[in-house]
Amino acid sequence: MSGPAEYYQRDRERHPPAYTRDYKTSVARSPSKALISLQQSVSEVTGPVFGHNDIDPIDNDLIHNYAKPGESPIGERIIVHGRVLDENGRPVPNTLVEAWQANAGGRYRHKKDTYLAPIDPNFGGCGRTLTDENGYYFFRTVKPGAYPWRNWVNNWRPAHIHMSVFGTSFSQRLITQCYFEGDPLIAQCPIVKTIPSQDAIDSLIAALDMNATVPLDSIAYKFDIVLRGRRSTLFENRLEGN
Amino acid sequence: MVQRLDYLKETPSQTAGPYVHIGLAPGAAGFDIYRQELGWDIAGPNAKGERIRVEGVVIDGTGNPVKDVLIEAWQANAAGIYAHPEGGGEVEDGFRGWGRVITDFETGEWGFDTVKPGPVRARRKLGSGPLHPPAHANDDWQGRADEAHHDMAPHINLWIVARGINIGLNTRMYFEDEGAANATDPVLNLIEWESRRPTLIAKQAGMRDGVQVYRFDIRLQGEGETVFFDI
Ligand SMILES: [Fe+2]
Repeated sequence: MSGPAEYYQRDRERHPPAYTRDYKTSVARSPSKALISLQQSVSEVTGPVFGHNDIDPIDNDLIHNYAKPGESPIGERIIVHGRVLDENGRPVPNTLVEAWQANAGGRYRHKKDTYLAPIDPNFGGCGRTLTDENGYYFFRTVKPGAYPWRNWVNNWRPAHIHMSVFGTSFSQRLITQCYFEGDPLIAQCPIVKTIPSQDAIDSLIAALDMNATVPLDSIAYKFDIVLRGRRSTLFENRLEGN
Repeated sequence: MVQRLDYLKETPSQTAGPYVHIGLAPGAAGFDIYRQELGWDIAGPNAKGERIRVEGVVIDGTGNPVKDVLIEAWQANAAGIYAHPEGGGEVEDGFRGWGRVITDFETGEWGFDTVKPGPVRARRKLGSGPLHPPAHANDDWQGRADEAHHDMAPHINLWIVARGINIGLNTRMYFEDEGAANATDPVLNLIEWESRRPTLIAKQAGMRDGVQVYRFDIRLQGEGETVFFDI
């Protein structure tokens, strides 16, 4: 009688618009015409499936996945953990979460990053994992540093980890950034402020989670990610006479 | 006051930033870290159908190529089946139908190798009964909208992220040599402005090493702006 249907439409008033004057790079990279709204077909409700053959267990441990044997990166040792949920509050199991970040000094291991702070020889800066059957994931890493970027003359990004999530359909595909509780740079950042509401900004700030810390080892932050939810068909099949 | 609805709200998007490659294509950022990077082989060795190459450049509103973009592709196999539990059936071993490419940092050119997808079943027309026998119990979701009855023409779904793109852009790439199928495609026909439809159609750009090359340039803004969808 009932079954899964389309995903709820994206709340475009909660996401940043394409054109955001104070994040200057968006000015020439934002479509000027309205998006065309598409009722979902099989092309949109399907998406890539990943499994444990695709990744290795060490991939979610940024403290060890690049370090030389017996060494580890400089920085505050942290655990970032949480669940991937959908808008219905259900966990999204077995979905790929990818993360990337600067090192503790705010420098990326990227040939295009020329910031003064040094590369850490023991830090790659990327990780990936699959959520478990409860939608749960975690990374171990060092807390990224703030870094300057060219927008206005003097802009600094708050400490952040970039996160990429798939869900079960291409329509749920999402890239976002995880910020950290208590960082005064969050309120100043033109990229953060592309998001129109404080409530939505707050949903990107990971909470200090003392219960999840490992005493004498690592401090923890909780960061849940919510992907689009899915309708049930309810009565529609009856209209079809099925 | 009324009762609260207990839905959660989707996490807001943020730009992928200039260093997206570290996370999603670390080899391009300049270092090896994983046993294997994901997304470089879309079709796998066993996929049936015509091998093709797709190339292009993403152009910004000033007319210049965007040199730090990342594109993901999602497509059906040559039989029109997606590699997904609701994709309509079985696919060849090793066919994932998903890939990701980055642009050349100097030129902005990108390209990927794959197989040409087949036509894909469309949503079915309200009250018309099943257009296709359900291949899978989860086909239920197809059954409501009053839309065109035809299969969708062969297409590759694309998702574009970069520094300066605040939320990933969704578009579709169709094929120049599928004129008849394109003419009845329900998504192309949904685009009210006929002059914008060609922005979604890749052009044949000759053969290379025995493989048909298609050219698909994406214009983010302004003259000839590519059609982007809210899916
Ligand atoms: Fe960043």
